[in-house]
Amino acid sequence: MKYIDEFRDGAIAIGLSKKISSLINGHDEITIMEVCGSHTMSIYRYGLKKLLPSNIRLLSGPGCPVCVTSVNYIDTAIAISQNTSASSNSGRDVLITTFGDMMRVPGSSSSIEKERAKGASVAVVYSTLDALHLAEKHPDKKVVFLAVGFETTAPTIAASVIEAERRGLKNYFVLTAHKVMPPVMKALLTDKELNLDGFLCPAHVSTIIGSRPYEFIARDFHIPCVIAGFEPLDILQGIYMLLEQIVKKEAIVQIEYSRVAKREGNPTALALLDKVFEPCDVEWRGLGFIPQSGLKLRSQYERFDARTVFRISDFVVSAQSNDFGFQINSAICNPQSAINGCICGDILRGVKTPSECKLFKNICNPEHPVGACMVSSEGTCAAYYKYGE
Amino acid sequence: MQLIINMVNKNITITLAHGSGGKLTHELVQRLFLPNFNNDVLSLLGDSAILNINGTKLAFTTDSYVVKPLFFPGGDIGRLAVSGTINDLAVVGAEPMFLSAGFIIEEGFEMSLLERIVGSMRETTALTGVDIVTGDTKVVESGSADGLYINTCGIGIVNDSINLSTSSIEIGDKIIISGTIGDHGMAVLSERESLGFTPSIKSDCAPLSGMIKKILASGAHIKFMRDPTRGGLATTLNEIVNTQKYGTVIEEQAIPVNDGVRALCEILGYDPLYIANEGKVVIVVSAHDADKVCEILKEDSLGRDAAIIGEIIPEPTGKVCLKTVIGGTRILDMLVGDQLPRIC
Repeated sequence: MKYIDEFRDGAIAIGLSKKISSLINGHDEITIMEVCGSHTMSIYRYGLKKLLPSNIRLLSGPGCPVCVTSVNYIDTAIAISQNTSASSNSGRDVLITTFGDMMRVPGSSSSIEKERAKGASVAVVYSTLDALHLAEKHPDKKVVFLAVGFETTAPTIAASVIEAERRGLKNYFVLTAHKVMPPVMKALLTDKELNLDGFLCPAHVSTIIGSRPYEFIARDFHIPCVIAGFEPLDILQGIYMLLEQIVKKEAIVQIEYSRVAKREGNPTALALLDKVFEPCDVEWRGLGFIPQSGLKLRSQYERFDARTVFRISDFVVSAQSNDFGFQINSAICNPQSAINGCICGDILRGVKTPSECKLFKNICNPEHPVGACMVSSEGTCAAYYKYGE
Repeated sequence: MQLIINMVNKNITITLAHGSGGKLTHELVQRLFLPNFNNDVLSLLGDSAILNINGTKLAFTTDSYVVKPLFFPGGDIGRLAVSGTINDLAVVGAEPMFLSAGFIIEEGFEMSLLERIVGSMRETTALTGVDIVTGDTKVVESGSADGLYINTCGIGIVNDSINLSTSSIEIGDKIIISGTIGDHGMAVLSERESLGFTPSIKSDCAPLSGMIKKILASGAHIKFMRDPTRGGLATTLNEIVNTQKYGTVIEEQAIPVNDGVRALCEILGYDPLYIANEGKVVIVVSAHDADKVCEILKEDSLGRDAAIIGEIIPEPTGKVCLKTVIGGTRILDMLVGDQLPRIC
């Protein structure tokens, strides 16, 4: 298949593997973080670690949108689905619409999937346009879209809001928890426990934002960055490009995924984002609140905001988390994690691996995930569980 | 730790994942149905029960069909209900003979649709010479069922000389899949979700008894067969090696997948290895006869993409290993829960 098979060529993979080994033969250990969950999944799915020399350490980053969705957010979505919110007239007239992999993310005591089994109306959609369609088809329902994801998905939600306005839909709402990558990468760089030598930057996020937003990482922190695609050869080539910079003690932002990602990104999508959203502080599961790392609807689109409509203020734990401010440290973990021993926070920061978690494969497994890293197919724990380590 | 276990147990309700054919389905069977219905025949967990009645080996099976939508490219619930049960009989080596058909119909269901579906059942049985000899009709009030559900049971006779079992599998035996994987699951999904994927993916839903009869009659030393339905090829392979003193290694590159299925799986983040098939069979055969069986399959229109995809290995026991296209190796686990389309 075009654009797939070329990037999964076994002979080229072996060739790249040899080039990588000879480039850093005898070098000290090099730590590279693959920021995006799709990279993590690909690395496991294709058994890439076996093609890399032992002095390369790959760390999984916080780039799995499901994994970083807060417990608070899931509880809010469940509350809306049950109408235990302040709004008195919504009843079970709410239809929750969501991308599939949000279904099993654990809240404090339930998940969307479990609530659906108990009678909540939930529809898995493949596009925000499907959610709009449902809103048109069911004018008696309040259709709430669970708007999570990074810069890759946020423009499609922005487009849906504009389209809902154009169609005059009064029953379409979004519950936003959008996040943007550069601030969390900056936060990781200030983490004393992490000694990163390079970032394998996300592929699809970068098709939207381009490479410029990472330039401060190379300039201010002297950490090499390479935007790499998700296919196995993309990843091996991306790692090779990072290693070249590391060996030469350079730090620049390079684009391996040049067939899609450009320095300027996607100006149309960026304009759409800017029109509908503005930056806000947002809670990352396991990491706490990171200032200006989220997107919320601008005030002129407030009537599409599920929090306004259902009068929910879900960021009630902000007072506690704000104490930690921007600085991420291991003390910041959500209350649930603190109680049950889940180390998702440390895993998302790349300082621990799933096998260091006492819950892993024990009571935390994909059927009964305790932490979100086990839920998404892109989660580090799910990858370890599924593909072994 | 105790707190969490209690919390998890307290919250257990049946979710769709319990019916996905993956780990949760297996747990339900192992923890609830097996202990309650405990007997030697059931505990074998074959696709059909094999009953010895007055010296005749009778195969007996049942399956319920709740597919949505009722009509999909390549088939409909009627064709599926007949094919699925015939296949469950055929893979244990039985010659399918008779079926039952039970209909649970929602009040308000269009008669013309029911006629189409019943016509499709008639055509599918005619392909195989199997008769529907008993049935049942129930109508439930509007809202109590989703259109139409069909249950079929089937019986067939197993020739005395045939004895398929995972216990006769040996190191070095080859694994064959009779054609491309994932077609049924992706066809149904694509139709259900109106994904508008062109050209449309067609379900492989078909009765395999004719093709299977040919390979059984060839004299090839066939050890075991199973149709990889819910949970897909990966789950079926796990069922074969699970708890056994051998494992299996599969070559990713050798597994046939239609381009349309591959493309849709790539888009949605699905793995075709876990997608349902309704017209495929996994065959474990002695290495010596593998090529011969493959050739016989290829002569049949339902087996033209048949391929040898792997073999039985001594270690790791009980595990399915996959050699990836770029030369890595990983463990293929059973499907856990339903596959869910990813965010990005």
